Amino acid sequence: MSTFESRKKQRELNEKLIKFTLIGAATISILTTFGILFSILFEAIEFFKLRSFWYFITGTTWSPGVIGSQFGALPIFAGTFVITIIALGVAIPIGLGSAIYMSEYASPNLRDYLKPLLEVLAGIPSVVYGFFAAITVAPLVVKIAESVGLEATFNSALASGIVMGIMIIPTISSLSDDVIRAVPDSQRKAAFGLGMTHGETIKDIVLPTALPGIISASLLALSKALGETIVVVMAAGLRPNLSWNPLEDMTTVTVTIVNALVGDFEFSSPETLSAFALGLVLFVVTLILNMISLSLIRKFKEKYKVNTL
Amino acid sequence: MIKRKKQKQNNNPFYDSTLKARHNKASIFKNLTLASLIFSIVFLGFFLFDIIGKGIPAFKIAYVQVNVTIDEKSLDDTRFAVAKEHREIVSRAWLRDIPALIKEKPELMNTTTAMWVLADDQVDQYLKGNNHKLKDKDITIVEKFKEEGLIKTKFNAILFTNGDSKTPEYAGLYSAIIGSILTLIITMAVAFPIGVMTAIYLEEFAGDNKFTRFIEININNLAAIPAILFGLLGLAIYINLFGLPRSSPLVGGLTLALMTLPIIIVSSRAALRAVPDSIRQAGYGLGLNKIQVTRDHVLPLAFPGILTGSILGLAHAMGETAPLIIIGMIAFIPDAPGSITQAATVMPAQLFTWAGMPEGMYIEKTAAGIMVLLTILISLNAIAIYLRKKFEVKW
Repeated sequence: MSTFESRKKQRELNEKLIKFTLIGAATISILTTFGILFSILFEAIEFFKLRSFWYFITGTTWSPGVIGSQFGALPIFAGTFVITIIALGVAIPIGLGSAIYMSEYASPNLRDYLKPLLEVLAGIPSVVYGFFAAITVAPLVVKIAESVGLEATFNSALASGIVMGIMIIPTISSLSDDVIRAVPDSQRKAAFGLGMTHGETIKDIVLPTALPGIISASLLALSKALGETIVVVMAAGLRPNLSWNPLEDMTTVTVTIVNALVGDFEFSSPETLSAFALGLVLFVVTLILNMISLSLIRKFKEKYKVNTL
Repeated sequence: MIKRKKQKQNNNPFYDSTLKARHNKASIFKNLTLASLIFSIVFLGFFLFDIIGKGIPAFKIAYVQVNVTIDEKSLDDTRFAVAKEHREIVSRAWLRDIPALIKEKPELMNTTTAMWVLADDQVDQYLKGNNHKLKDKDITIVEKFKEEGLIKTKFNAILFTNGDSKTPEYAGLYSAIIGSILTLIITMAVAFPIGVMTAIYLEEFAGDNKFTRFIEININNLAAIPAILFGLLGLAIYINLFGLPRSSPLVGGLTLALMTLPIIIVSSRAALRAVPDSIRQAGYGLGLNKIQVTRDHVLPLAFPGILTGSILGLAHAMGETAPLIIIGMIAFIPDAPGSITQAATVMPAQLFTWAGMPEGMYIEKTAAGIMVLLTILISLNAIAIYLRKKFEVKW
């Protein structure tokens, strides 16, 4: 009897130990998030001890590495904004259009082939897109601009924006496709019953229902475009440039982070620390976008009781 | 006349005269969505065509047959191994390896032999019809060689057997491939157990409480945080706080592990969830406890799904560049790293470096490297799909 008791005790101890290990593993993801937050936050605070926060947000001169260096990030934010808008301008219509075709028109058989094909776009590493943008698309943009009498640089925001947009098509198409398919079929049938055409059903019934999911996908794509690094490092410019002309070269937050950290500056210099200040901005913005996106999709899931998303 | 006849036919109180226009609109809408899908696919085709067109020539490289004299003088300064007029058309980096050749074949000492020597990158580019910087007198020599059949293109083994080099014709992917393998071993060794354990905890043990939800939010967030921020974490914590060696596969692997974690967790959870509850209930009915049920019954059934997800995570980590640049893995690495603490580079970072070089041959080699990288990634994905199909159980 006592051996049974002790074995039971041993087993319970084991069980506790295993459960504890599992909880430990699950905690890693929390530690990572906070690790990222604090490692960026502390270095960013160091930066703001050296330089003014207000000038960082509103200043228009970014000149690291010179005597009397200034860190006004507004032109960098503007460049990021322009390139991101171009990218979304490519990705949202094409991604959404592809998603509508796959979920509403294509036969299930065709869809089985189309979906992996689009996902190939997501599997291509960004360094490949960057190479393509810099070597093929950028010269093409220059040529086309020349033929219509405009002047474009080889680091134009347009080239990197277009390629980045193609890169994030799958982000939008994949999630939108899932959301559109999750819209209950009874809604479509009701619309057909009222004599609506398929196109009208999609525009007036399906898409408005799926809208939270589509917005969620677009926000995810936005956050992806803001944080994309390699494509812009390879194809966009290095010069902070406060301009709205997409044919000019402009730089982004991520490019500036990379440049600040591969330079030969002391780690405690404002040049290096500025990367963390920019990183903090990027972290906060993408975190907010992700949070909104996740809560939208969660509400959609709860409303239509789907758990395939 | 015909029109009126039609109208008469539709003498129906429910007939909607706008119906035709509405159907037209619907079909325009359908064609627009089809067009956007076709655009994506055409782009993919154009893109692959472009990369392959740029990369294929790099798999061949030019060699010239010249007399190579090996003696004390040419061992001292290897440029003297070939005749003066040939110096511009052969690869200097190849000549620099003559001392190593002598160690292997000492009988070549103090001889002059005709050898197939790697050509200079400009000769190679000239033969391929690309932009080149050859001088006129070198072009005449090359043309003469060509007529005599002393110049030929061979399979570019250098691309796979050499490390990086400052001379374009001598640069290869070897050190980057080894760096990638070491980095990915660290990544998977860390991310796989932690990811699977997290998934098991969330699916099998955790209740629906605040802590669990907090973990879930964190995982979803980690999946969407920009990759470059993981690089900042690696720099600030692994390198500056823990003092791990910069540029090493150890730091790179640990950084990528944190990025791969969400992919493995999400796919493992899906695999665990797909195991029907009846399996668990049967186990409990036989008197097994939770750990026995999970370990002996649920986990083996979910394993193919977990494996598939992990392979996809591996493929994702393999193409990642941005965080590795931040932690210094774009250094010039001519020799393959011998351990996980030595400076190394990885394949995408190597391609990133080459793409920024001005010489045409580096661009060609970048495209060829992209073909190699994409082949590996597509194979990994194909393996994952095959495993999923093979072990898929319909409950």
